[in-house]
Amino acid sequence: MSDNKARTLKISILRYNPQVPEDKPKVETYELEEADGMTLFIALNDIREKYDESLKFDFVCRAGICGSCSMLVNGTPTLACRTLTSKLDEDISLAPLPMFELIGDLSIYTGKWMRGLNERLETWIHEKEEEQTKVDANRLEERMDPDLADDIYELDRCVECGCCVAGCGTMLMKNDFVGAVGLNKVARYHLDPRDKRSDEDYYNLIGDENGVFGCMTLLGCEDVCPKELPLQSKIAYMRRKMVSMKDDK
Amino acid sequence: MRIAYTDVLVVGGGLAGLRCATGVKERGLDTVLLTLVPPKRSHSAAAQGGMQASLGNCIKGEGDNEDVHFADTIKGSDWGADQDVARMFVNTAPKAIRELAAWGVPWTRVRKGDHQAIINAKKVTLTEKDEAHGLITARDFGGTKKWRTCYTSDGTGHSMLYAMDNKAHEQEIKVHERMEAISLIHENGRCYGAVARNLMTGELVAYIAKATTIATGGYGRIYAVSTNAVICQGMGQAIALETGVATLGNMEAIQFHPTAIVPVGILTTEGCRGDGGLLTDVDGYRFMPDYEPEKKELASRDVVSRRMVEHMRKGKGVKSRYGDHLWLDITILGREHIEKNLREVKDICESFLGIDPAEQPIPVRPTQHYSMGGIRTDYKGESQTLQGLYSCGEAACWDLHGFNRLGGNSVSETVVAGMLVAEHISDFCETKESEIDISTKLIHKFVDKEQAKLDYLLAAKENPESPYPLRHAMENIMMDKVGIFRNEIDLQEAVDELEQLLIRSRNIEVKHKTLTANPELVNAYRVQRMLKLAICVAKGALERRESRGAHAREDYLERNDKDFLNRTITSWPDENQTMPTMTYEPIDIKTMELPPGFRGYGKDMTITNPESKVRQEEVDKLRQELEDKGADRFEIQDALLEYNSKLPECYRGKNERLWERF
Repeated sequence: MSDNKARTLKISILRYNPQVPEDKPKVETYELEEADGMTLFIALNDIREKYDESLKFDFVCRAGICGSCSMLVNGTPTLACRTLTSKLDEDISLAPLPMFELIGDLSIYTGKWMRGLNERLETWIHEKEEEQTKVDANRLEERMDPDLADDIYELDRCVECGCCVAGCGTMLMKNDFVGAVGLNKVARYHLDPRDKRSDEDYYNLIGDENGVFGCMTLLGCEDVCPKELPLQSKIAYMRRKMVSMKDDK
Repeated sequence: MRIAYTDVLVVGGGLAGLRCATGVKERGLDTVLLTLVPPKRSHSAAAQGGMQASLGNCIKGEGDNEDVHFADTIKGSDWGADQDVARMFVNTAPKAIRELAAWGVPWTRVRKGDHQAIINAKKVTLTEKDEAHGLITARDFGGTKKWRTCYTSDGTGHSMLYAMDNKAHEQEIKVHERMEAISLIHENGRCYGAVARNLMTGELVAYIAKATTIATGGYGRIYAVSTNAVICQGMGQAIALETGVATLGNMEAIQFHPTAIVPVGILTTEGCRGDGGLLTDVDGYRFMPDYEPEKKELASRDVVSRRMVEHMRKGKGVKSRYGDHLWLDITILGREHIEKNLREVKDICESFLGIDPAEQPIPVRPTQHYSMGGIRTDYKGESQTLQGLYSCGEAACWDLHGFNRLGGNSVSETVVAGMLVAEHISDFCETKESEIDISTKLIHKFVDKEQAKLDYLLAAKENPESPYPLRHAMENIMMDKVGIFRNEIDLQEAVDELEQLLIRSRNIEVKHKTLTANPELVNAYRVQRMLKLAICVAKGALERRESRGAHAREDYLERNDKDFLNRTITSWPDENQTMPTMTYEPIDIKTMELPPGFRGYGKDMTITNPESKVRQEEVDKLRQELEDKGADRFEIQDALLEYNSKLPECYRGKNERLWERF
């Protein structure tokens, strides 16, 4: 960054504490001198320290890995921790990610939503019932094609940040839609030979309007995914698979 | 007041906590897991490079086994580790990784045939065997004889944590999110659970359990710059310390990772160097071979970090407005490799530095990374002084790492410790001794005490203190005076200054007078607790007048096995104390499988203990005798250090390998 005089950032934050009955949502603007390499993680902590220690937000890894700090930055869902202020105008608006329960200010309850999703889609390896014996971990592990392992990892990289949910048009109309995060997870397990679920099992999970047939293909999800997951192609793939199931029925 | 009852309370939702919870659940016990954040957001997710397990599938791992992994771990620890624990660990690690493979971790696999690798700055061709195709592969990491670090690209912790949390979903483990344990309930040397605070509503809840397990990770955030997540503030260790009964071990044993980016301190994995990346200085010169001709960039972490600081002190650092740094150059690995195996590193470089690591070197310097110290436990994971209190993972000091942890041994430890400790807890919960008869009166006493403390933080005071200035002062003292190189003068100042901060912290007044969700209040009580831990670290470092592993004293350069082959044990018996109580637990050479020796870095600076030689001769003699009798490696090992009887029965089996079948 250049050594020119530092900019003064005007950071406007949508603030509201639902815990306090008389509180009303309001926008508060804080002025902050920009520092070299400043991220929104640094900026928000500065604001909390200098102006208001009650400001609520969620950071954990602050390295773009854990998915905690998703919020609307100038209206777009993204991870705040790895957003450099130098890439934004002086006027920055921050708001909590929509679609999730609000804890307060920029803090949202993604954990609860994601837990519900994972339970609903049963996002774990399902063994066949007759094979449900404990793994014999003393023996050589089951082999897996190296390319397949890489492909599964590609889809396994989702950090459950919720950006795709907030960026989803379908979500606005269908509260029970599983979202791109859900469809990607199903695609991940569908690809994994360790999971013995059949196409019919998957059909029962996502073969309806709240699942893969609900997606209106607006693809806001892929635009905002911070991990650049191939959401579009995976949703399309799952839809083709599920359509063929539907035809069989 | 709400009271929740369960068999096993687990505090912490990272890999160790989750694996412990699923383990006890599998044994039919009821369990509740408390966590600050959704488990998938735990700091375990940030582990990039991999997990050590001696599978020996890839060609450079051939010949690896538990014995090699054990020796690496003990040498890495500078003989501070508990050798029983290390033996149990190396035997369980292959099982842990295979279990995780079955649970869905997409471990990177061996591909038969030729592939290119960079070793010592040269391109070499390695040929993987046909029979290894599709098994779990491994990369090189520092301080290891074999390529033993298994991985999924550089998102290993993420994949492990997701598989583990999904397993917890499957088992319907009760996870209570945004619940912070703020004190342990105990009486007469017996732990009964914890008082927890709901971070969203402020409600205090008492969780009563037969066994309470702390798996809250490390305490890196007492330093101003740390690779750790912001939640790694050591609250698990602090509430254990505040019982006045439980003890902490080796708190001064702090690891600095060689390659965190400057200035923000985010980690770039050791896999960068494991895969062939180089460290260079202001002149673009590769300096590590000058210091460590054999292991070079892949010496143990403590060694590389010290060498980097030494080199910068010679004026060879790159000047920046954030102080000196060096370069981590991975351009030699090529774009394809970086985009496939080091993609998080690439992401981090792009997002936080605005550089492309396939084209440009990365500015790095050693940064606080890992807490070898923690809640002192026995090999079962149980506190030595507070019955019913368990701990596992980075939060604990059962003592796998001694004074320096090997890269790749931490995620491995989290899962292995979770597996083993879960069995020991389950065994305990099946005994009559585990039954509890705690009164609601006692529960009330503990909840009321915490309530009073919170009320007092909000109460108006004369000359009130704010948490932030105290915290920053602490963080800077730790950076400047309790860092990589330590000395008497700095450490004494650090201890004195931290003591004053602790005293001042008792007068903190929180300005926002609400007991509900209130980050200021959280900061306030955590700063008070972090200060206690910081004093334990600084005081432990002051009193340890030797250099061992990551604890490097400029005024005591030798590793002193005569006087300091021991563990620092810290407690805080009276809450009005401003200094911890410190004692030492000896480490017995007579029972060691691998007696203290030279680690192989730099000059041998050991003040030897005469017992080391005696034991070494004994070991050599016994080994020779058994070898002459045709004993196999297991029989020899068993004769040197019997540990099997201490392992839960289900984990005693021998580990099959491609060339070693049973």
